[in-house]
Amino acid sequence: MSTSLDTSPRATDEAGASDAPSFGHARCLICRACGAEQPLGPFYACQECFGPLQVAYAFPKIDRSSIEAGPKNIWRYRDLLPVRPDIASIPNMEPGYTRLIKADNLARELGIRSLWVKDDSGNPTHSFKDRVVAVALAAGRELGLKILACPSTGNLANAVAAAAARAGIESVVFIPDDLERAKVLTTAVYGGRLIAVKGNYDDVNRLASEIAGEEEGWAFVNVNVRPYYSEGSKTLGFEVAEQLGWRLPQQIVIPVASGSQLTKVDKGLTELGELGLVEPTPYRIFGAQADGCNPVAAAFRDGHDVVRPVKPDTIAKSLAIGNPADGAYVLDTVRRTGGAVESVSDEEIRDGIALLARTEGVFAETAGGVTVATLKKLVETGQLDPDRETVVFNTGDGLKTLDAIADRLGPTATIDPSYSAFRAVDA
Amino acid sequence: MSVSVRVPTILRTYTGGESEVSADGGTLGELLDSLDTSYPGIKGRIVDEQGQLRRFVNVYVGNDDVRFLDGLKTPLADEAQVSVIPAVAGG
Repeated sequence: MSTSLDTSPRATDEAGASDAPSFGHARCLICRACGAEQPLGPFYACQECFGPLQVAYAFPKIDRSSIEAGPKNIWRYRDLLPVRPDIASIPNMEPGYTRLIKADNLARELGIRSLWVKDDSGNPTHSFKDRVVAVALAAGRELGLKILACPSTGNLANAVAAAAARAGIESVVFIPDDLERAKVLTTAVYGGRLIAVKGNYDDVNRLASEIAGEEEGWAFVNVNVRPYYSEGSKTLGFEVAEQLGWRLPQQIVIPVASGSQLTKVDKGLTELGELGLVEPTPYRIFGAQADGCNPVAAAFRDGHDVVRPVKPDTIAKSLAIGNPADGAYVLDTVRRTGGAVESVSDEEIRDGIALLARTEGVFAETAGGVTVATLKKLVETGQLDPDRETVVFNTGDGLKTLDAIADRLGPTATIDPSYSAFRAVDA
Repeated sequence: MSVSVRVPTILRTYTGGESEVSADGGTLGELLDSLDTSYPGIKGRIVDEQGQLRRFVNVYVGNDDVRFLDGLKTPLADEAQVSVIPAVAGG
């Protein structure tokens, strides 16, 4: 028996204010390509040009103290998100406010002066996707949508299934049928429907787009409520700035799948500056991809401003989107900020996972291996300035992608249970 | 060459609300011309002024993205299925 998203309690104030949909300070949806505006609704493509819609706001004055007084999760930034003011009081996964680790060991190894790791594996389902799903769920609730759904490369599948379970509503998750077993199990455990599709992520995504166009009442988090969903990624940028003491880093390395996260972190940092919450100091944004799925890195390298789709073939399945929706906007962002997009081989990704674990005690999934390996490559090729303060993102937990490193790791030695046997190998 | 075309919600204002229509054409380009004859203006929403597929539209013949085939020159078999889908989704 499923429950509708819109049956969850919506708070009304003591004066009995109306229970009308609320998106906080969000004003409308606006097309990134042509600038056409649409009312806030379950729309993701511009009626005029098919371009991507994003949320536009009419922010009031917001100060640091009101944020700092908020909960230790993404809802401390609720005034900067398209959510109702009382969002924190509605049952949800309470994601965010993950660790920002001063990574001195890794910095020393790579020859970087000051380096931080934003470790988003600390979220409730162990990836940054809990952030975006929380905002998408909030929007779906306001829009009266009844089923939480997504096409996913795995991390999003976990986040959607868990968030729906916590909210007491129905979920339907579509995944490629070759997904890592860990990500299948860590989705299925939450209940809900899990549909394995014979194809790659781009095939699954296409199917989801078709279903979203036909079925009433579905909140496909990264399709028809994508403008709201993607706003959740801004909180990564907000947290980095707040955790640095309300200032912006000089360089950030971010993984690129669809490119949504990278562009929204930039949007978030820009908003902080515009609102006077930080000094709007310049920063450079770098994108990280796997060689086996590097359409944005290839377009950057070749000087193109559009992205030619590829067929993915990489161990970094969470980044294996061959036709990235926001690819062109990633190119715009990195070029505008003086950054770059690079890609690394599967072997370099494995090395990146091992390097981060060995130096900082952080076990990243393959996407984190991609960012760390890309950081290394950017330093070695002179594209990233080692003298500037840098933040590298780890967006997921290595326990989800054990297969990627299973062949290269194991016990240092296997010995008989005797002291002499131990002495023999403890040279 | 009769081809079935799946129409996204955004373009159904052109097709009288129909989600699936039939058109003729030996190639995708010819199909879009035929479609535009029946539903004036629809082609311009899929193809830009330079005659290229618009940046935020994906077109599939069967299960294949035409950007991996021959674009607007992609040949169409009789009873082929063409799908037009907004590109900005996923991730």
